[in-house]
Amino acid sequence: MSLAPAAPLPGLEPRRPNAMPIYLDNQSSTRLDPRVLDAMLPFFTEQFGNPHSTSHAYGRIAAEAIEQARSEVAALIQADPRELVFTSGATESNNLAIKGAAHFARLYPRSGQPRDHIVTLTTEHKCVLESCLQLEREGFRVTYLPVEPTGLVALDALEAALTERTLLVSVMAAHNEIGVIQPLAEIGALCRSKGVLFHSDAAQAVGKIALDVEAMQIDLLSISGHKVYGPKGIGALYVRRRPRARLLPLIDGGGQERGLRSGTLPTPLCVGIGRAAAIAAAEMTDEAVRLRRLRDRLQTGLARRVPGLRLNGDAERRLPGNLNFCFPGIPAIKLIEACPGIAISTGSACTSASVEPSYVLRALGLSDADANTGIRIGLGRFTTPEEVDFAIDALAAGASRLAAETAMAGQGGTPI
Amino acid sequence: MSGGAARHGIMARTETYLDWNATAPLRPEAAAAMSAALARCGNPSSVHRWGRAARQAVEHARSAVAALLDAPPEGVVFVSGGTEANHLALLGAGRDRVLVSAVEHDSVLRAVPEAERIPVDREGIVVPEALDRLLAADPRPALVSVMLANNETGVVQPVAEIAAIAHANGALFHCDAVQAAGKIALDASAIGADLVTLSAHKLGGPPGVGALVVTGELELTPLLRGGGQERRRRAGTENLVGIAGFAAAAIAAGEEIAVYDRVRALRNALEADVAEAASEAVVLGAAAPRLPNTSAIAMPGVTAETQVIALDLDGVMVSAGAACSSGKVVPSHVLEAMGVGPDLAGSTIRVSLGSTSSEADIAHFLRAWTALYRRCRDFSVGARAA
Repeated sequence: MSLAPAAPLPGLEPRRPNAMPIYLDNQSSTRLDPRVLDAMLPFFTEQFGNPHSTSHAYGRIAAEAIEQARSEVAALIQADPRELVFTSGATESNNLAIKGAAHFARLYPRSGQPRDHIVTLTTEHKCVLESCLQLEREGFRVTYLPVEPTGLVALDALEAALTERTLLVSVMAAHNEIGVIQPLAEIGALCRSKGVLFHSDAAQAVGKIALDVEAMQIDLLSISGHKVYGPKGIGALYVRRRPRARLLPLIDGGGQERGLRSGTLPTPLCVGIGRAAAIAAAEMTDEAVRLRRLRDRLQTGLARRVPGLRLNGDAERRLPGNLNFCFPGIPAIKLIEACPGIAISTGSACTSASVEPSYVLRALGLSDADANTGIRIGLGRFTTPEEVDFAIDALAAGASRLAAETAMAGQGGTPI
Repeated sequence: MSGGAARHGIMARTETYLDWNATAPLRPEAAAAMSAALARCGNPSSVHRWGRAARQAVEHARSAVAALLDAPPEGVVFVSGGTEANHLALLGAGRDRVLVSAVEHDSVLRAVPEAERIPVDREGIVVPEALDRLLAADPRPALVSVMLANNETGVVQPVAEIAAIAHANGALFHCDAVQAAGKIALDASAIGADLVTLSAHKLGGPPGVGALVVTGELELTPLLRGGGQERRRRAGTENLVGIAGFAAAAIAAGEEIAVYDRVRALRNALEADVAEAASEAVVLGAAAPRLPNTSAIAMPGVTAETQVIALDLDGVMVSAGAACSSGKVVPSHVLEAMGVGPDLAGSTIRVSLGSTSSEADIAHFLRAWTALYRRCRDFSVGARAA
C-alpha cells in the first residue's frame, strides 16, 4: 500500500483560475518535506508496533526508530537525547514547560523564598500567555514585560523584573508574527546567574537558525514538527538534565517519556520530526542564505512599488523567511481578499480568524488602525523566486487598487 | 517487516501478531485518507484557501468520529490520544470529587491520584451497590470514571447501569472506550456517558490522535491552553493527517464490526484448545461479558516474562499486560483488584486478536504455547523428582 501523494503538490502546478494559491504562510504551517514523508511511511504501515511493547520485535523496532529520532532532534539544538520529551506539539510543550515548572516549584519548594513568579513578554504566543494566565488564577504572579518598538526585549528591563521569587523566564526564540530573534544567550546568562529557569518557545526558530541550549543556557525549549517541514501532531520539549530543570507532568499514566509525558508515542510522527530535524541540521545554513535573498527580493520589490510600506519588527535580527508589513491605510483583511493568488495572513493562525488587531503589533506601539494593516508573509523551503515575483505583483497591484478606492471614497466619489 | 526484524536477530519465519490491544495495524482506508491529507499543507486556523481546505477536512473527520458513537459532531474534541483524553475528562470536568474503578487504565488512575476507588468483583466488574454507597456518602458533585472494556482482560462493564447510578446521584459519568471502540458496537446514548474517550491507533488509525467526546452541554476546562482550537477546549494546531486517518479508521471499524463475530469464535477456540492442552491454565474474567478479541491466560508456575520472551522467540507476539508498563514487569493492578493472587497474576499473559487474525495465527500461538508449557512442566516435574 502506498501513502505517497500521486498528484503534484498543490500550489506548484501552473496557475489556473481554480489552482491553489501560492503558499506564503510558512510561519503558520509548512509543507511536509517529501523526504520526511518517505521516512515516515514504513512506520504507518508495516512497522506499526507499539514502541512500549518491548517484549516483541514490532515494539522494539518502533522503539529503536523513536530513539534515533530523539537523537536527531537533540542534535539540532546541541542537547543530549535523554533531554528530549516528545509531545503532541509546541502548544503542549509550552504548557508543560510553564505549568510543569510552576507546579513542581509549588509542590517541592526550595529553602528560602518561595519561587512563585514568572516573567514573560506581552508578545509571546497565545499558548504561553494563556498558560501564564491560568497560573495567575492558581495564585502565581506573572510579569508581562513590554518589548521595544523593534519587538526585542530590553535586557535591563528583564533584569529589573527578576526578583528573589522569580521561578521562570519564558521568552520566544523567534517570533511567529514578526520574526524577531531575541538575544537568547544574554537572557540565558542572566537567568542562570539568578538561579531562574529559562524557557524558550522555539517553535519558529528550530531548524531555521542555529540554536545551542548549552551556549545559550536554555533550560526548557519548545519544538514543533509542522513548523519545520515535519508532520502536525508532534513536538518536543527540551528539559535540561544538568542542572536539572524539574517539572510535574501534565499528562500522567503509563509513565512514558521518563514520566514527563504519558501516552503511546506516535512512532511515524516521531520518525517524521527526527528526519525533519536531520534535514534542517544539514541544510539550514545554505537555506538561510537562499531565503534571506528571496526575502530581500520581496522586500525591495514591494518597497519600490508600495509607497509608505513599513516593516514591522527588527530588520536585522529576524528569521530569514519572515516579513511583516504595514500597508499604510489598507486594512489587511481587504488586501488578503484582493490577492486570492497568494496565501498570506494577518498574523498568528490561532487568532487570525478574529477581527481584533494583532496584539503583537499593538505591543510594538502601533495604533489599532495601523495594526489592522499588518500582513505576515512567510517564505519557506519550497518558495521559488518566481513565486516571490508573483507575490510582489499581486500585493502591489492589490494595494494600489485599494489605495485608489480609498482615495476616491475620501473625495466623496464612488469607486467604479 | 523483514529488514528490521532481521536486524533484531529474528530469522525470516512466520510472525503472528496477537497484541492488538497494544496497537492495531493501520487500516488501508486510513492509509489512503492520510495519503490524501499528507499531500495538503495548511493550518486549519488560517483564513486563506489552504487553511479553509484543512478546516473542512477536520470538520468532516469530526462527523465521522462522532458517527462511531452516534454522538453529535460538535461534541468531539480531537486530542493527542487516549491518555490526554482521559486527563481532559477527569481534570477538565470541574468536579472536586472523582471516583474511578480499581481496574482503570493508568492514564485514568494517575490523572487524579487521590481519586476514590470503586471496587470490582472477582470477574473484574464494578460492584454497582458499592458505587451507589460511595456516591451517597458524600454530597459533593462528583465525576465517575469507568472504562467500557478492560485492556488487560477484555471484561466489559455494565456501563448503562453505572451511568444510571452516577446520574441518580448527580454525578457525571466518563467512560474510557479506547479498547472497546471498533471491537463492539458503540452507542453514546446506550453507554449513557457524559464523556467518552477514544483512541485512533487501537482501532486501525494512526498513533498520536484520539478524541474526548462530550455528549451533552458540559463545559470543559482545557488542559492545554493557547489558540482557540477545538472550541477552546484543546489548544494546538490540529494533527490534520492523524485526524484524517482516525476518521477513515472509525468509518471502516464501524462498517466492519461484524468481523468480530469471527474473531470471537477464534478466541473461544484458542481458549478451548489451551484448556485442553493444560488443565491448570486459567482464563481470567472468563465468566464475565468480554470483548470478542481478548484473552488473559495464566500458565501457573511460569512467569509472564518468561512466556512472552519464549513466545517471541517462536515468532508469536503477545504481552504481559498493558503495553505502557510492559517494559517493566510489575504486578497487574487489574488482576490484583480482581483478587487474583500474585503468583497467578504474575503468570498471566494477554493475547489480543484483531480483524485480520486467522486460524493459522491461533494454531501458531497454540504450538508455541503448548511447547513452552510442556518444557516447563517437564522441568518442574524433573526438579521435584531430583
